Amino acid sequence: MRTKGFEKHYFIMLMPGLIWLILFSVVPMFGIVIAFQDYHPVRGIFGSEWVGLEHFIYMFTLNETKSIFLNTIFIAVMKIIGHLIIPLLFALMLNEVRVALFKRTVQTVVYLPHFLSWVILGGILLDIFAYRGPINQLLQWFGVEPILFFGRADLFPYLVVASDVWKEFGFNTIIYLAALTGIHPSLYEAAAMDGASRLRRLWHITLPGVRTTAVLLAVLSLGNVLNAGFDQIFNLYNPLVYSTGDIIDTWVYRAGLLNLQYELATAVGLLKSVVGFILISLSYYLAYRLTNYRIF
Amino acid sequence: MVRDATMGSKTADVVLIVVLSAITVTCILPIWYTLVLSLSSQSAAAAGKVWLWPVGFNVNAYMEIINDSQFFRSFFISVQRVVLAALFNFLAVVMMAYPLSKSPKQFRSRNVFMWILVFIMLFNGGLIPLYLTVKAYGLINSVWALVFVGGAQIIVFYVILTVNFFRNLPKELEEAALVDGAGPWYVLLKLYIPLAVPVLATVTLFCIVYHWNDFFFGLIFMTREQYYPLQTYIQQLVVAVDPSRMTEDQYKRLSELSNRTLDAAKIFVAMIPVLIVYPFLQRFFIHGITLGSVKE
Repeated sequence: MRTKGFEKHYFIMLMPGLIWLILFSVVPMFGIVIAFQDYHPVRGIFGSEWVGLEHFIYMFTLNETKSIFLNTIFIAVMKIIGHLIIPLLFALMLNEVRVALFKRTVQTVVYLPHFLSWVILGGILLDIFAYRGPINQLLQWFGVEPILFFGRADLFPYLVVASDVWKEFGFNTIIYLAALTGIHPSLYEAAAMDGASRLRRLWHITLPGVRTTAVLLAVLSLGNVLNAGFDQIFNLYNPLVYSTGDIIDTWVYRAGLLNLQYELATAVGLLKSVVGFILISLSYYLAYRLTNYRIF
Repeated sequence: MVRDATMGSKTADVVLIVVLSAITVTCILPIWYTLVLSLSSQSAAAAGKVWLWPVGFNVNAYMEIINDSQFFRSFFISVQRVVLAALFNFLAVVMMAYPLSKSPKQFRSRNVFMWILVFIMLFNGGLIPLYLTVKAYGLINSVWALVFVGGAQIIVFYVILTVNFFRNLPKELEEAALVDGAGPWYVLLKLYIPLAVPVLATVTLFCIVYHWNDFFFGLIFMTREQYYPLQTYIQQLVVAVDPSRMTEDQYKRLSELSNRTLDAAKIFVAMIPVLIVYPFLQRFFIHGITLGSVKE
């Protein structure tokens, strides 16, 4: 069998993709030096002066920085919890249904919101939850005063979390359902023979059957602690809710691209990238140790 | 499957079906409502008289879209972007995945490249360096910025998915072809690509949905409305609010100032391509996404 000389072809095959990634992923990484410079657009990164950690020190004196980091973590952690629990509950309920057609129909419909963009869903939600929108009209019939849903800082983070869980629960259910179908039916039959009730079977067979999957998902979601969901918040928020709804990514966008504070925005972005990288690496390591999960 | 005929169990079944149906309805209702709104008369929509069926049925909103040349231009830019992206994505993914699916014995640098890819997937330079890089390439207002920047964010993930699929193919197939004198290009083209149709279809459909749905790169890399892809156009005209200041009263009146039926029609049209590919997505993606986690 002739395999000598194949490596040359392997390199050629890798080239187009690698060049693509180098140009659009690796080269931008070097742009992080802006965070340590007094960046001058005309002079570029090679001609601008170095200022060391000045922007990072300034960053920590800003009140905004603290609040965007706290908002990000608060929203992201609540989302993580919601994305772990709600799909599991939904999968368990769906697993108990014995009408195959009903099961399939439900699955088909609940995946759909995952594939719609936040521009679309944001537009729809802002309309439905508008001050004079249908939800407020319904509430009025029950004698509740209209609520300025997405304009209230105290409600905003919870609405964001709830709408994100709603958008994604169907899709997140897939992985639990895959684990549930892996449980052998003979286990249920044997348990029923021994007189185990439906709840007991759920407790002793179904739940242990999805335990590994749940642990894996929990560990992997550690990497999302700084991801509160830019697309969603960017399409739902407004200046009234900046105090609780402004997150790192939305702030970096406004500071950097609207107010042209390139260095500060890069510094904040870099801090997020580094912490995020550490968290994801840690989560992969833990996933490997706990459940033998490997990405390749 | 075990069957219980007890009263309690039957009640539980009914409750389950009711709860699951209610949850499922929430996923379809907002989309239905948008369609209904777009087909209602403007006055009925503004007065909040539209619920689950069009009031004062008409297609004026859609006629207005037909006469909106910018909507069409943006729609076409999105189509162009999606087609180019799907093509380049497919080529890059199969050509990278094949050599990377070889063992380190067959391709000595395999693990080095794999770790480089994982690093690229997990770390990024942040928004500002990316923006400045694309600007330096002269790709502002070019559809190629959308194709390549968007692609660089997702191809590594797809490559890893495909590598895992290729590695689970029986080794004997390739060995037999090699014994018959086939080279690596022939094996990839005639053996691996046909066998990998499910995963490649999944990856391509995911890529299409991602590029169709993305609004953000259109927003930051396109300086003029005439270059906006459709989602960016809708984001700017329907969803976006003034990011610098806003009072509660202004926010309350936002929905009254907008043309609800026209906005709903635009949103609905932007959803149609996703609704069209959705049934195909469904068929493939359940297999596709669980692949990565299954190891020999």
